[in-house]
Amino acid sequence: MAASLKTPIKWLRRNFVVIAGLLTLAYMILPNVVVMVFSFNKPNGRFNYAWQKFSTDAWQDPCGVADLCGSLALSLQLAAWATLGATVLGTMIAFALVRYRFRARGAINSLIFLPMAMPEVVMAASLLTLFLNMGAPLGFWTVLIAHIMFCLSFVVTAVKARVMSMDPRLEEAARDLYAGPVQTFVRVTLPIAAPGIAAGALLAFSLSFDDFIITNFNAGSTVTFPMFVWGSAQRGTPVQINVIGTAMFVIAVLVVLGGQFIAGRRKNSASPK
Amino acid sequence: MTVTDAPPVTTDPPVHKASTRKRLIPYWLLLPGILWLLVFFALPLVYQASTSVQEGSLEAGFKVTWHFQTYWNALAEYWPQFVRSLLYAGTATILCLLLGYPLAYLIAFKAGRWRNLVLVLVIAPFFTSFLIRTLAWKTILADGGPVVDVLNTLHVLDVTSWLGWTEGGRLLATPLAVVCGLTYNFLPFMILPLYTSLERIDGRLHEAAGDLYATPATTFRKVTFPLSMPGVVSGTLLTFIPAAGDYVNAELLGSTDTKMVGSVIQSQFLRVLDYPTAAALSFILMAIVLIMVTVYMRKSGTEDLV
Repeated sequence: MAASLKTPIKWLRRNFVVIAGLLTLAYMILPNVVVMVFSFNKPNGRFNYAWQKFSTDAWQDPCGVADLCGSLALSLQLAAWATLGATVLGTMIAFALVRYRFRARGAINSLIFLPMAMPEVVMAASLLTLFLNMGAPLGFWTVLIAHIMFCLSFVVTAVKARVMSMDPRLEEAARDLYAGPVQTFVRVTLPIAAPGIAAGALLAFSLSFDDFIITNFNAGSTVTFPMFVWGSAQRGTPVQINVIGTAMFVIAVLVVLGGQFIAGRRKNSASPK
Repeated sequence: MTVTDAPPVTTDPPVHKASTRKRLIPYWLLLPGILWLLVFFALPLVYQASTSVQEGSLEAGFKVTWHFQTYWNALAEYWPQFVRSLLYAGTATILCLLLGYPLAYLIAFKAGRWRNLVLVLVIAPFFTSFLIRTLAWKTILADGGPVVDVLNTLHVLDVTSWLGWTEGGRLLATPLAVVCGLTYNFLPFMILPLYTSLERIDGRLHEAAGDLYATPATTFRKVTFPLSMPGVVSGTLLTFIPAAGDYVNAELLGSTDTKMVGSVIQSQFLRVLDYPTAAALSFILMAIVLIMVTVYMRKSGTEDLV
């Protein structure tokens, strides 16, 4: 009797970490499952919060709601430009910080760190005061400026981590083999730094695409996708929002798995068999 | 000393020119990005500081009058929202640490060949817009939904209501719902730094602790946890700071009784158009967060983390 009770307790104790970890994972994925399930709902009123009836209507007509796909296109466009801007500027800063010793390094490090250590609403509000004082018309450009600003620090951190772990002897070797500075950079430095730059760019894209708080302050009457979702939470959420949420999740999983597959194959082909 | 130690003669103009150009490279690399941050991050803070000591109205215009009273008025009127923000953000951070640590540990040491899959499952939910995911919590916590039903049957909600976390047998529009949403939204920011620092730990240290007759619990307490401190510190900061300024969870999952300071700043700025008060509130929030972060980093002894 005692033994039969002891075994499951023992088993629970031994596997505590695995069980607790998997429960956390379930907590993280639960809303995504709900979003997916409710993308097949046929709601009875304006709000898609209670299950009514299975239907694929929304999947057949994802753009069937006014302004939804327009806001989605705008967000994608914004995220693309913000990623480009933040990745170029951030990579330059990261290389300067890792590769060169110069004065004001400490001050510059703090300037990079501070935007990450600041509540978003503070940055959003202060940028708005600047734009109001300058009389800048709020819209696409003010949002793009804001997005590049807050993505920059994250790109610098991601690229810095990669460049710091680079072996400088590889570049020395390239120089010993008579490669010019440009050739060394393009053929040796850039390929090694590429995963860090890619990680930074991916981070910038998702941060910019998903940002609500800073955009809400500085967009004026421009409506990005998160702002559309926010508005619909008050007016009534169309099922199409769940369709797009599900599609984003599936695409993200495929992209990340694909990236790891490529990285894994490259590692295998690079290592001597 | 040998001859090679003699200072090199570098008076040739071309060499000199090249070295000057080389010395300037880092500055050219830094210039555009740093300029961007100075103009669109630092300068706005200056503008906001000046706005917070202005007086006036939208029609008559605002003037700097060094009216520090705004700060006291803002604090006197909105201190409950400040306290609530810090309380909710703090609770969410502790919950994130308690929930996130086992998962980060699982990925770092136990997942084996499943490691990449689990990592993808941690990162991927990120990519569904966080507003959509937060709205999904409205469905999960809905009145009459399975979660509320089960908790009511088990009389859990009676206990939480008695503690003041919920109200009248429901979850939506209660502090518990807001904290649940905050915890959920910032969990990845806790897990990823924890995972990074756990992954760096040499597995042989665990073996060594075992060889020295340490139980698994002692090994964790004396070896694993102290070595994961950098991850704990950066995870806590990455969770607490954005959670303290967040107003999305409080607005979507809470009620007027659960308003956080972010909501107040937002409505003062965008609806009431009382810029001085909004600027003062946002400055107070910034000061509180920066002070708490500094003290916390001093205490945990990882100032060189940044």
